[in-house]
Amino acid sequence: MKPGLFARLNRVGAWMALLFLVLPALIAIPVSLTPKRFLSMPEGEYSLRHFHNLFTSPEWLSSFAQSGIIAASTATLAGTLGTLCAIGLWRVTSRYSEMVRAFLLLPLIIPQIISAMVFYRLLVPIGLIDSFPGLIIAHTVLATPMVLITVSASLANFDPKLEQASRNLGASNWTTMRRVILPQIKPGVFAGALFAFILSWDEIVVTLFISKFNVYTLPRRMWNGIRENTDPTVAAAAVVLIAITLAAFVIHALVARARARAAAQKE
Amino acid sequence: MQALTRHMSPGWLLVAPFFLVVVAFYLGPLVNILWLSVTEPQPGLGNYAQLFTSDSLARILWTTLRTCAITTVFSVAIGYCLAYAMVHAHQRNQNVMLTLLLISFWISVLVRTFAWLMLLGHGGLVNDGLAAAGVIDRPIRFMRNELGVLIGMVHYMVPYAVLPLLANMQTLDNRVMAASRNLGASGPQTFWRIYLPLTLPGLVASSLLVFILSLGFYVTPAILGGGKVLMVAEYISVQLLVTLKWGTAAMLGTLMLIGVLALLWIMTRFMQLSAVFGGGAAR
Repeated sequence: MKPGLFARLNRVGAWMALLFLVLPALIAIPVSLTPKRFLSMPEGEYSLRHFHNLFTSPEWLSSFAQSGIIAASTATLAGTLGTLCAIGLWRVTSRYSEMVRAFLLLPLIIPQIISAMVFYRLLVPIGLIDSFPGLIIAHTVLATPMVLITVSASLANFDPKLEQASRNLGASNWTTMRRVILPQIKPGVFAGALFAFILSWDEIVVTLFISKFNVYTLPRRMWNGIRENTDPTVAAAAVVLIAITLAAFVIHALVARARARAAAQKE
Repeated sequence: MQALTRHMSPGWLLVAPFFLVVVAFYLGPLVNILWLSVTEPQPGLGNYAQLFTSDSLARILWTTLRTCAITTVFSVAIGYCLAYAMVHAHQRNQNVMLTLLLISFWISVLVRTFAWLMLLGHGGLVNDGLAAAGVIDRPIRFMRNELGVLIGMVHYMVPYAVLPLLANMQTLDNRVMAASRNLGASGPQTFWRIYLPLTLPGLVASSLLVFILSLGFYVTPAILGGGKVLMVAEYISVQLLVTLKWGTAAMLGTLMLIGVLALLWIMTRFMQLSAVFGGGAAR
């Protein structure tokens, strides 16, 4: 069946839509290269001074480090909690398990502005507002559902007979989990942890509410930069973020490919 | 205790840590907020009565619903076109398209909002380009109005609109469409009478997902709206951070929560949630 006029028009439209999705972000690149002191397009002259500023300013560097620490802690915690939870939900055969799963996904789907109120109410009384533990707790609750989803997807392809075989051969629960289940779902765990890292690294709405002076993450500093709308350093930061996104994307693609290859070998 | 463990699958022990975290650190304060909405500043339904007495509140709700509805229509239309092209493309093109879609999905919302700020602003690239091409002689006002907010929101929501549609379209049996063509229906007839009805669950799920996400969207409306397009999420933040009116904020949060949960419930009637979020509970 040859594609009709409609299908061909649609295809052109789809590629234009994709360009509309991807291209706008690239404007950050020329803006970051402007030699001027304010946000503007460079005209003939280019300069790396804003990148220099980004990588030498103590404020920006500290924000990079803070976001890195919070995101790495979140990825570790969410990766652990989410993986355990996914395996648990996979093992129980109960009519409640789907209800519990839906309940545990709520922090991901409830609008972030409501989550921001929730964590503000949580952290003020216990004195953790504007602190690293406070942000890590909040980000972990938001990010763990992500891990739950990716690990559950991995488990869906895992043959439960393997687990039974391992137990029949005398392995304990713990050994089965460590030597049989975990190696099979490793790609899902890594993907989930990566998503959790990105979610935390990028999180702005909840962060705006529960941080003030002590903790100043990268999104927080960018938010201020965008609101002030003058200093081109924010454009340089945007370029760095795009580069990091692309790098994360490549890592994720490699993991997915390894997973596909492992699946192909099993056939 | 032993009786309990015998009747309970040991799997629940693995679920327990995160379950307790969510109950203690999320559900607890959430219930507290619902409670605040009927007790702050004084007990009663005073906060909810504001909905009918305050003009500004009514205007904000109306702006929010209108903006979300328009965003949903455009995002789903573009998303449908994209998903349709993707399932009908050759494998290699399909991979390229999926990669581009996911890259845009992954780029930070702050970076994208910043990009639109640069593109749509007064001396922005879009206005300069249109002026240079002679299309316009005065700059169009994109910023600090609904147009800018809509552009930014649609741009953010399209990938979310595509994913449920793609999941739905990939399960369709193409032989049905081939049968329709063989029986003499034209291409457009086949599309309108066979394909579109078959993709209805995907369309509904995608629309609801985008609408839900738009309802609570904060970043883009706050920056591109520049305070001129006040939506519920930004209004809540003003109530909390500036005027410290927890009662009103809690009331609006409760309304938003009820709306979102109701829409989610409708959504599960059309599509398994896990299918939307990447195949969680396939088992």
